[in-house]
Amino acid sequence: MTPRKWDKIATFVLYMISIFIIFVLAFLLLYILISGLPNVSWHFITSKSSSFQAGGGIGVQLFNSVYLLVLAMIISVPLSLGAGIWLSEYAPKNWITSLIRNAIEILSSLPSVVVGLFGFLVFSINMKFGFSILSGALALTVFNLPLLTRKVEDSLQAIHYTQREAGYALGLSRWETVIHVVVPAALPGIITGMILGMGRIFGEAAALIYTAGQSSPSLDFSNWNPLYIASPLNPMRSAETLAVHIWKINSEGIIPDATQVSAASSAVLVLFVLLLNFLARYVGNRLYARLTGVKERN
Amino acid sequence: MKTYDSEDRYIKDLDDGKREIALSTDDIHVSYGTHEAIHGVSLAFERFKITALIGASGSGKSTYLRSLNRMNDNIAGTKVTGKIMYRGLDVNSNEVDVYEMRKHIGMVFQQPNPFAKSIYDNITFALQRHGEKRKDVLDETVETTLKQAGLWEQVKDDLHQSALALSGGQAQRLCIARAIAMKPDILLLDEPAAVLDPISTATLEETLMELKERYTIIIVTHNMQQAGRISDYTAFFHLGNALEYDETRKIFTRPKIQATEDYVSGHFG
Repeated sequence: MTPRKWDKIATFVLYMISIFIIFVLAFLLLYILISGLPNVSWHFITSKSSSFQAGGGIGVQLFNSVYLLVLAMIISVPLSLGAGIWLSEYAPKNWITSLIRNAIEILSSLPSVVVGLFGFLVFSINMKFGFSILSGALALTVFNLPLLTRKVEDSLQAIHYTQREAGYALGLSRWETVIHVVVPAALPGIITGMILGMGRIFGEAAALIYTAGQSSPSLDFSNWNPLYIASPLNPMRSAETLAVHIWKINSEGIIPDATQVSAASSAVLVLFVLLLNFLARYVGNRLYARLTGVKERN
Repeated sequence: MKTYDSEDRYIKDLDDGKREIALSTDDIHVSYGTHEAIHGVSLAFERFKITALIGASGSGKSTYLRSLNRMNDNIAGTKVTGKIMYRGLDVNSNEVDVYEMRKHIGMVFQQPNPFAKSIYDNITFALQRHGEKRKDVLDETVETTLKQAGLWEQVKDDLHQSALALSGGQAQRLCIARAIAMKPDILLLDEPAAVLDPISTATLEETLMELKERYTIIIVTHNMQQAGRISDYTAFFHLGNALEYDETRKIFTRPKIQATEDYVSGHFG
């Protein structure tokens, strides 16, 4: 066997593996879309779900998913930015810092059902938030924070130290250099990470079943006062999200069109997550191009 | 590697009252953890002259240069002792406002490091942070510094384009413009031509020759011809000591120390 032949074999095997993976993913995606999309209609997306009869929609679930997403991001973005900046720019290199880093690593691989039960015990029971959007948003924060922090830290670390030196040499303090030089340069990576994190949150079910709950009270979409009990924005109400809805109709749904509703909901969910992914790429590339004048990001 | 007697030194004392001294160091020691990289260097730099620091890799010339505006402060475990006298003030003391000092002692690095901002913002950003908000002053600073750095003609129509699209030589001249926009007294350059092609290097050298009318320049260089061409004084560093410091033409024609002679003639090591 010559090195040349080995290279050819390796190339072939690697190609085969890649094609296999792409095939599996494409199959899954197409299966979900083909079986779901024919059942998706404007009526389906906007109307209330039904408990016993066919013809229900996912309007409330979709709203809940988006609202939870926004709340969770409002909580987790500032926290992850702060933690990531501290880890990358300020943390001394000692055992405490590496302990924190390891803890974040472990937290980021925590199964979401464990996060859900943790959220149930801490937020729903202990802090008496009950099954509420607030409990759900906090559980999603626990679920997402480690990855976001990691992403922020990595994006900042990717900025060369000479950028920081340039700031110091101009008489800027470390804080000024971080906020006005390093963070803007790392922004495309940070934004991409945030949007991907949004996709993860949007598709999350297990962490929400015991925190945001599996049902929604009847909502009054004409009253947007967050303090009003039936307001869609009331953070203390329970909220079934789209992902939870899919899980629920598949496990205990008694509507006659459960299969169709589940397939259509899955298609909407997948499309939304896909959209977020494309958005992440687009925004990241656009920001990078705007900041650097370089057209394509490697 | 040949060993040289590090006690065999010739350091010309420029601080003899005949010339204006911009900056001087007294017994500077730099150590990283337990390792001492600079073993007591005392040099005086004349105002409006170019002083070159030469020496082999690891001789400590860059470390010494970086201690002059306390860039080594940012590296954990680094300790710098000794005095760095600037306008009658020891800038190495704890009471000194490091950020204010760095406005007076600017620095340009080996790797061109423009910010991921527009050319215009690269120059004005630090000024704005230091409180300069007047648009006309900022506009004028951009024009004059880019002219002084020899970059104006090439970029005057693209001031709001990203600085990252510039070539290496252009980026380095932008970094010089950015440094002189702070109106420093002293400009420290750490091998500014190390990653540039010969043509960019020649342009950079011309720029430096013009800049010395206004600034005191201290430059670390690996390029002996470059030191010979542009500098007025040269200090030769070896293993953390400055072994010889004299007028450049003397260093390159009749050095007093054997190590210097070997180094400038290429018989070193």
